[in-house]
Amino acid sequence: MTKGVLYSLAIATMALGGAATAETVAPEKVEIVDMEVTASLTGLPGDATVGRETFADRKKGNCLACHANADLADQLFHGEVGPELNGVADRWSAEQLRAIMVDSKQVFGEQTIMPGFYTMNVGVNVAEKHQGTTILSAQDVEDVVAYLMTLKEN
Amino acid sequence: MAETTIKYTMMAGIFATSLGGAAWAGGPADDKLVIDDELEITTRVKAPEGHPLDEVISGWHYRTDETRALEADSFQNPGMLYVERGEEIWNTVEGDAGKSCASCHGDASESMKGLGAAYPKWDEKAGRPLNIELQINKCREDNMQAEPYKFDAADQKSLTTFIKHQSLGMPVRLDLSQGDMQAWWDKGKEVYYRRTGQLNMACANCHEDYNGNYIRADHLSQGNVNGFPTYRLKQSAMVSLHNRFRGCIRDTRAEFPAAFSDELMALEVYVTWRATGLSVETPAVRQ
Ligand code: HEC
Ligand code: HEC
Ligand code: HEC
Repeated sequence: MTKGVLYSLAIATMALGGAATAETVAPEKVEIVDMEVTASLTGLPGDATVGRETFADRKKGNCLACHANADLADQLFHGEVGPELNGVADRWSAEQLRAIMVDSKQVFGEQTIMPGFYTMNVGVNVAEKHQGTTILSAQDVEDVVAYLMTLKEN
Repeated sequence: MAETTIKYTMMAGIFATSLGGAAWAGGPADDKLVIDDELEITTRVKAPEGHPLDEVISGWHYRTDETRALEADSFQNPGMLYVERGEEIWNTVEGDAGKSCASCHGDASESMKGLGAAYPKWDEKAGRPLNIELQINKCREDNMQAEPYKFDAADQKSLTTFIKHQSLGMPVRLDLSQGDMQAWWDKGKEVYYRRTGQLNMACANCHEDYNGNYIRADHLSQGNVNGFPTYRLKQSAMVSLHNRFRGCIRDTRAEFPAAFSDELMALEVYVTWRATGLSVETPAVRQ
């Protein structure tokens, strides 16, 4: 995994607004247009190294519950509910991956089992301690997107 | 969404490429359950009319070789200890009426045979379906003048296990024509397909759409109820059905309903119907 792959979008965002004054977009305000979320949710670039941890962390992304990922072969038990994520950056752009992370239902359709990680579009009777929160923070999403962009095969 | 579908179909080819990490066997194990080399258990059966799946498959098929073997040998099945304990309770006098279950129902292998395969049953007086746990409590209160068991009390689980075990090998079959059973079935179906919690998942997402697949280390089954109460190796204890329901709901990061609430009773009616034709396996062994 190459930490250095900070995708161009983040750099562009920084050039536009500057990281210091960047504001985080609230989950209700994120716009998914044509299966894409074009700008960083925080205005900041993601950190792929942190994103790799968030991806594997059972209390955070817990992505391995459903996805196999050869880059994390050291971790036991990769699920097989979703597609393998090897080479996922060859199939999707950062903007599309961000949309998948934010609310996968707006990309794959309502029937998908994959949770939306930065959305208020949730099920009924949410447990008290999770009410009004998202599974991941905006920066977590950026970090995971940065990490996913390192998963290239071609 | 058409565009998404096309994109997805195109990608299907890519997904078919080789696994980088662990490779899983997947799907139900091709095996037959015969307990103590004599009692054949129906673990796969054609689904009843209106069932979303073609074949109903017992959770037994999704467990490891070792776990399946434990259930096939009643001397090794740890759940049998609870059957024995249940028999003791059956014969023990409790409550102000000075009676035991046996005082009125005699030999359970005759009086309780087949009963567990047909529960929940409609109860006219209560105006709702009762499961075995609630029927036990009813007899304790009305006929024994004893306190009802609290949910998941050790004796409740043992006695329920003992009663269900009297139907071992018999096919699950509900009578939905009793009272308002059909309305409870309808309500249970609604609960089954309703997405709950922050993870936004319904029972159907895991047990209907992805049975046969691993979700992390767990091999997803169809979530059938024919083995309950089940002995869980992970907890070294019997697990009641409503406890399992609540666990699965909690895992979606949702508040879970009270045991025996209308919602979970409706779910029990519906999910039991989904297991129609499978043999009662109580006490089943699961991971
Ligand atoms: C409960 C299971 C589940 C979890 C947890 C999950 N996903 Fe998914 N994911 C899926 C499924 C299933 C699909 C395929 C779309 C579909 O059929 O609904 C998918 C598709 C994807 C895709 C598109 C894959 C491709 O190759 O086209 C990406 C990227 C993705 N998920 C990333 C993630 C990340 C990152 C996480 C953790 C933050 C995650 N998923 C967590 C089930 C899950
Ligand atoms: C004083 C006699 C008496 C005692 C003691 C008694 N029962 Fe009952 N039981 C009945 C009667 C009468 C019925 C049928 C009416 C009803 O449901 O209450 C019944 C019904 C049942 C049924 C439902 C049978 C069916 O056809 O569906 C079960 C199961 C049952 N009892 C279990 C027990 C258990 C377990 C105990 C001990 C905890 C127990 N009973 C103690 C009298 C008794
Ligand atoms: C996130 C996925 C998931 C969801 C959603 C889910 N379950 Fe489960 N369930 C599991 C897993 C994992 C197991 C243990 C392995 C297996 O048997 O599938 C399990 C086991 C069960 C079992 C025990 C099966 C057996 O053979 O002993 C039942 C019954 C069950 N679930 C019912 C339900 C019901 C009803 C719902 C909805 C209220 C539900 N589940 C929602 C994942 C899920």
